[in-house]
Amino acid sequence: MSSRKMILDAVSRNQPSAASLPEVPAFDRDLPPPWQQFQERLAGMGGKFARPVPDGNFDALVRELHPDANIICSATPEVTGNRDLSDVREPKDLDDVDVGVVRAAFGIAETGSVYLSEMEFGVNALGFLSQHLVVLLDPTDVVGNLHHAYRRREFADAAYAVLMTGPSATADIEGVLIHGAQGVRSLTVVEAPRPSV
Amino acid sequence: MKRIDHAEASSFFIAEKENEAFHDKRLWDLRQKRDHQRDDVPEWNELRELASAIKEHTLSHLSDYLEQFEDNAKKNGAHVHWALDAEEHNRIVHEILADHGVNTLVKSKSMLTEECELRPYLARRGIDVIETDLGERIQQLDDEPPSHIVVPAVHKLRGNVADVFARTLGSDPDNDDPHYLSEQARVTTRPYFLAAEAGMTGGNFAVAETGAVVVCTNEGNADLSATVPPLQLASVGIEKIIPRTEHLAVFVRMLSRSAVGSPITQYTSHYRKPKDGGELHIVLVDNGRSERLGMEDFWTSLKCIRCGACMNTCPVYRRSGGLSYGGVYSGPIGIILNPTYDLRKYSNLPFASTLNGSCTNVCPVKINIHEQIYQWRRILSEHNQLPFVKKAAMKVTGKVLADPKAYRRTIAATDVAMEHLPRFLLYTRFNAWGKQREVPVTPDQTFHAWYLKNRGTS
Ligand code: SF4
Repeated sequence: MSSRKMILDAVSRNQPSAASLPEVPAFDRDLPPPWQQFQERLAGMGGKFARPVPDGNFDALVRELHPDANIICSATPEVTGNRDLSDVREPKDLDDVDVGVVRAAFGIAETGSVYLSEMEFGVNALGFLSQHLVVLLDPTDVVGNLHHAYRRREFADAAYAVLMTGPSATADIEGVLIHGAQGVRSLTVVEAPRPSV
Repeated sequence: MKRIDHAEASSFFIAEKENEAFHDKRLWDLRQKRDHQRDDVPEWNELRELASAIKEHTLSHLSDYLEQFEDNAKKNGAHVHWALDAEEHNRIVHEILADHGVNTLVKSKSMLTEECELRPYLARRGIDVIETDLGERIQQLDDEPPSHIVVPAVHKLRGNVADVFARTLGSDPDNDDPHYLSEQARVTTRPYFLAAEAGMTGGNFAVAETGAVVVCTNEGNADLSATVPPLQLASVGIEKIIPRTEHLAVFVRMLSRSAVGSPITQYTSHYRKPKDGGELHIVLVDNGRSERLGMEDFWTSLKCIRCGACMNTCPVYRRSGGLSYGGVYSGPIGIILNPTYDLRKYSNLPFASTLNGSCTNVCPVKINIHEQIYQWRRILSEHNQLPFVKKAAMKVTGKVLADPKAYRRTIAATDVAMEHLPRFLLYTRFNAWGKQREVPVTPDQTFHAWYLKNRGTS
């Protein structure tokens, strides 16, 4: 008998009597204004928030945020950068990227998270091999809490999806908080309304 | 199998006075951060109810959900494997790696792979396994198992880490700045991410409706492991299934809040399909779980989401350190899981508890942990596995320790934070974790009286 069958048989034999599945409410009464809460929670998770960009010059903003960056790789039309994502043959080609730029599909006020998938990254490793990440986000794309987030259809479509909340962090040595454990050292969110189509 | 003597093992840890004091303080700090987050979520108790009910529903329909998960994962292009036990799990993983000519595997933290002892298995077969979580890496380099399921090296001080890194990574032995040490781990691990032919993660959740494996981490190491090398593996315990994506909200809202007191982990990653030109292999592992599902008193332990909150709050765990439990899982959850693997080996563990119920009160999925600990004591006494000292200890500490009902009457479900337990409970002369501050057992104050006097003060 295959292990699959043995496991499924044992599980069927042993599983306790049927319990019903509860409805999960959205818990969305009295939620605070999403954009403001998003910014607060992002800060609480070590993320940064950039100055407004009224002139739409996001390239200049990225330079200003990371003046020492040599290689900027952008998955957005708003920022040009100097590394073309379409030249990437393998994910590890992105090893030398100083700043990655992406646009989040949406944000979550409750946690300060942004949703990113292969649709946004182009190459997923851009979000992890880059030393720093700059994330464009339209304030109208922020949902109130995780219940709203997990009801979005993006999760059913994406091959890979991540809720990213601030930069990479660790507190594994004496509880001292350190950003840039293995992933990005900083994560900066920029208010960037989607270009109208 | 040699019986683990928790009391003796913890005495080694307690001898390291600075480590013990820091350990206690650090974990208590995590517990308080957790309380703070709980207070920030008005529906906290409703979420716990929901989490518990969703898990009970899923476990009671587990075979259907497992098949549904498998179907959907296959539709996504993933390969699904089934492993009856640790040995089969390791064999499957090795075969996949060998088929792809893998020499180096980068790995994120997974208690399941610890349970299966995958690393030594692969090492014996010439595959270099690199743990990429900082705490787990420290433990790997020091050749020790993790002492905590969330913060694996929490029992070590910065000086210990500096020693380990100097010895193994060639870093400056006199520099014990955590920033420096963490940077050493980063720069020495990076080349492995680039060179590895395969990356591996565990799984916090597996969603039946989408076939997604969900992993929650803070360092970004799981995503580096999953997104950089072409071949991706995920080992998942069969109890990790949940029915639908929307259920993730309930668990994700509580997991990191319970674990370390942050609203969410920095990364909550959902893996559904292999990357272009790559492969995704998911190994579903039983290793005793289906059997535990049939244990009337203990099956609800399968609801565990491995947040570690019960460990952080446990006065015995905080003072004795995870390694003293001698099993993969330590703290209250370890006490109730380990004996299902080996009753004799872990027959001491159910006594490494004061049955104060604090674990049960913090558990986000509402497992009746302290009652299960008590139940294990009963089973052990029926199996005559009661060590002599414990028998005596039970007599000395009397009714309260042995009878959780006495506790329940007093602490009920109040989720009261007890930083300090009454000394007469913690420091009997039979418990190593009390030895250093040995106080004669003078139960002139009953637990109840103590409780009335002290509640609300911490
Ligand atoms: S038993 Fe409960 S509190 Fe302990 S690790 Fe599991 S889920 Fe967390």
